[in-house]
Amino acid sequence: MNKVAVKMTVNGQAVEGRVEPRLLLIHFLRDTLGLTGPHVGCETSHCGACTIDLDGKSVKSCTVFAVQAEGASLTTIEGMANADGTLSALQEGFMQEHGLQCGYCTPGMIMRAHRLLQENANPSEAEIRMGLSGNLCRCTGYQNIVKAVRYAADKLNGRREAAE
Amino acid sequence: MSNATEMTLEQREATLGGIGCARRRKEDARFIQGKGNYVDDVKLPGQVFGDFVRSPHAHARIKSIDTAKAKAVPGVLAVLTAADLKPLNLHWMPTLAGDSQAVLADAKVHFQNQEVAFVIGTDRYAVSDGIQAVEVDYEDLPVLVDPKQALAKDAPVLREDVAAKDNVGQGPRKHPNHIFNWDVGDKGATDTAFSSAAVTVKEEIFYQRVHPCPLEPCGCVASMDKIKGELTLYGTFQAPHVIRTVVSLISGLAEHKIRVISPDIGGGFGNKVGAYPGYVCSVVASIVLGRPVKWVESRIDNISTTAFARDYHMTGELAADKDGRITGLRVYVLADHGAFNAHAQPTKWPAGLFSIVTGSYDIPAAHVSVDGVYTNKAPGGVAYRCSFRVTEASYLIERMIDVLAQKIGADKAEIRARNFVKPEQFPYKSCLGWDYDSGDYHTALNKVLKAVDYKELRKEQAEKRKRGELMGIGIATFTEIVGAGPSRNCDILGIGMFDSCEIRIHPTGSAIARLGTKSQGQGHETTYAQIIATELGIPSDDITVEEGDTDTAPYGLGTYGSRSTPVAGAAAAQAARKIRAKAQKIAAHMLEVAEGDLEWEIDRFKVKGLPEKSATMKQIAFAAYQTMPEGLEPGLEAVNYYDPPNFTYPFGTYLCVVDVDRRTGEVKVRRFYALDDCGTRINPMIIEGQVHGGLTEAFAIAMGQELIFDSNGNIQGASLMDYFLPTAVETPIWETDFTVTPSPHHPIGAKGVGESPNVGGVSAFTNAVVDAFAHLGVTHMPMPHTPWRVWKQCEALGIGE
Repeated sequence: MNKVAVKMTVNGQAVEGRVEPRLLLIHFLRDTLGLTGPHVGCETSHCGACTIDLDGKSVKSCTVFAVQAEGASLTTIEGMANADGTLSALQEGFMQEHGLQCGYCTPGMIMRAHRLLQENANPSEAEIRMGLSGNLCRCTGYQNIVKAVRYAADKLNGRREAAE
Repeated sequence: MSNATEMTLEQREATLGGIGCARRRKEDARFIQGKGNYVDDVKLPGQVFGDFVRSPHAHARIKSIDTAKAKAVPGVLAVLTAADLKPLNLHWMPTLAGDSQAVLADAKVHFQNQEVAFVIGTDRYAVSDGIQAVEVDYEDLPVLVDPKQALAKDAPVLREDVAAKDNVGQGPRKHPNHIFNWDVGDKGATDTAFSSAAVTVKEEIFYQRVHPCPLEPCGCVASMDKIKGELTLYGTFQAPHVIRTVVSLISGLAEHKIRVISPDIGGGFGNKVGAYPGYVCSVVASIVLGRPVKWVESRIDNISTTAFARDYHMTGELAADKDGRITGLRVYVLADHGAFNAHAQPTKWPAGLFSIVTGSYDIPAAHVSVDGVYTNKAPGGVAYRCSFRVTEASYLIERMIDVLAQKIGADKAEIRARNFVKPEQFPYKSCLGWDYDSGDYHTALNKVLKAVDYKELRKEQAEKRKRGELMGIGIATFTEIVGAGPSRNCDILGIGMFDSCEIRIHPTGSAIARLGTKSQGQGHETTYAQIIATELGIPSDDITVEEGDTDTAPYGLGTYGSRSTPVAGAAAAQAARKIRAKAQKIAAHMLEVAEGDLEWEIDRFKVKGLPEKSATMKQIAFAAYQTMPEGLEPGLEAVNYYDPPNFTYPFGTYLCVVDVDRRTGEVKVRRFYALDDCGTRINPMIIEGQVHGGLTEAFAIAMGQELIFDSNGNIQGASLMDYFLPTAVETPIWETDFTVTPSPHHPIGAKGVGESPNVGGVSAFTNAVVDAFAHLGVTHMPMPHTPWRVWKQCEALGIGE
């Protein structure tokens, strides 16, 4: 099959490749770029393990073609730590509140929670649950994931308040 | 050696991060940064991909397979069929249950999506193209989906390969579709109990076919190094060492030439215990092509082909006196095992540990009979987050005791207390032969009833009923049997179900521990280190825990059936104690006293009566590599293979409150209170997380999961579009609590907890839903309690709107 050129920015780095038009973005990230943080759990965009941030939106990269990301700016879990390499508030929250067990849903869950907190800096428990409803977890029962997101929101808000 | 430490005993204890502390998880750092290493992340030089051509039919004869067009597809490297595997005698493989299973369909397919051919190509997409191009000509055969029809005279014979055999590995059979009968208990005494009973009740209780559905599907990477003659097999294996033995036995490769690696595993829940055709085909393909071959199943493949759970058609009967004291239990089970008997149980137990069915109750007589049959469905029968068939057993007795309560008009909490095994009866021998190690069921029940104000809830329910509203209170007071198990009654393929731990202390006082189990999210890297920290006085942060590489870890039977803590956790404590015993000899030499003059204190040996003279484990570690007392080998390490003297018996009381909308059939879980007793608690944070997760899986099973087949054997809904995995929105809020009744035979008194919430949870949900209708004469409602089904129940009662 003929290949086409794609260019995009991933975690702040410009990347390019030649891909079959049918190549899914998740496979471009995982197999071509070696970013194995995002996972495949269902191929039908139900589980959210492949969630990344694409031009400021949460996107399930298993149902996007790599060519559709042409020119886009992407963030994956690999780009989530703070610039100085320390853990972001969300990553810290997931660890402190025991918001993960097997870890398979975690990268997608953190990426979705990241966008949720951009959309709503101070979500209620119900808003967090609704906001994460496109991401499935089989291990935690979500209770500690909700706490982890709250932890991050509080920490980020605290920082904001301190800066003001 | 003097010690000028300023730390108090409490501070020294806290520094260890040992048993009982809510230590944050060691494994989290890599997972939250996208640096986990799951099977599909493994990328070896020259690696290619393989995947299956699967049967669209549930029962059909294969007239021909034409692979020519597929082989011509760009990127396709090879196509394997049963004909290619036959010369290697790998077209069938033995199952853990003594039967055999087709690796690639040999002349016939027995269930929909069965593996028919294996296409290998340079990438996933080329393989997909190749699969489309394989032409298979099928001739339909009559399909058997109802296990109740399996033993009929005119039923289609499914397994022609074993039709003439009078035994397929688990005892005599009576029909070509019959697999085994398992009969346990005293039939005569049970019949007498029933014939003389004041009250008897009987109920048909079906535990539907469900699937564990871990978020990561099954997969492997097989890499044959032809020059060295060595096979490396990465895979989603809950039991890597057993897989190595199985691969050796079926491939003929010497076991020392096989290295099995379970990297990070994205949840297992029983799905990843068995051996699947994908593993065998990947190994063969790697041998044929001389390149690493990766196979990763899709979600649909996962739900429709790799091991399902349950599918038990149970009939329960209780005999009791007029006060509801149970005098007899009779159970018959028709077990649908699908096309091949490939359930994963200890080999001697065709129905697993189902005879724990007397539960938490002191029942004098019981009889259980189980018939396993073949149908045109996928093989399996694994324990989906429970010990072997314990969920089925617990569901049966927890449902039946409610049925009995309703029959005699007793309170559902009171009837349980009346029948409980009493604290003073432990250790308790059940009439079906199990030796319960410890328990205090009354305390657990009372604590929960008090916490939720049970009396007030019943009062509210009575008031609501007067207004025509439906509210249900479900109680489950379950007992599990986990930690398989003593080698006298548990083995897999003849290998006793021990587990193991090897600990090495480095000269500077840090350590590495390797175990025969394999975490799939349970947090072993964290909790095993806590056990060793407390035993050895080395901070858990200084202890690396490794599992899953058969070249380095000692042999063990793996992680399932809540066996890691009861068996490998015990091995860790025992190995640590061996090291401590040697450390004591070294300390005596260092301090120039007799061994008997020393006493252990948190992280050091002290000379009795001379507290300033002591040697810390850190100091002893260095000495072990330096100046050994005469007659003692240098170094400080130990290995323990732990054969448990008994199972452990965790228990708990769960209480669930639901409100049912009779106009929509929607069941709203208002409250769920879960009290678990898992004996000594190693890490309360991890225990609570396990309980949350297990309850959520129980909620999924009770409220929505079911693998349904139409009359042609087509599976209805094998993707996440249809198969219910609850989101954060549907999932109830969980309240947790605990009591601590240590196991008397376990080195640290721990029992295991991961599966209790699934075992107790499913019963609590169903009991709550049925309880909402109990005043209307309803004694049982089959799972799953979807709005449609519950609404139909309302309609049948004339209370729908």
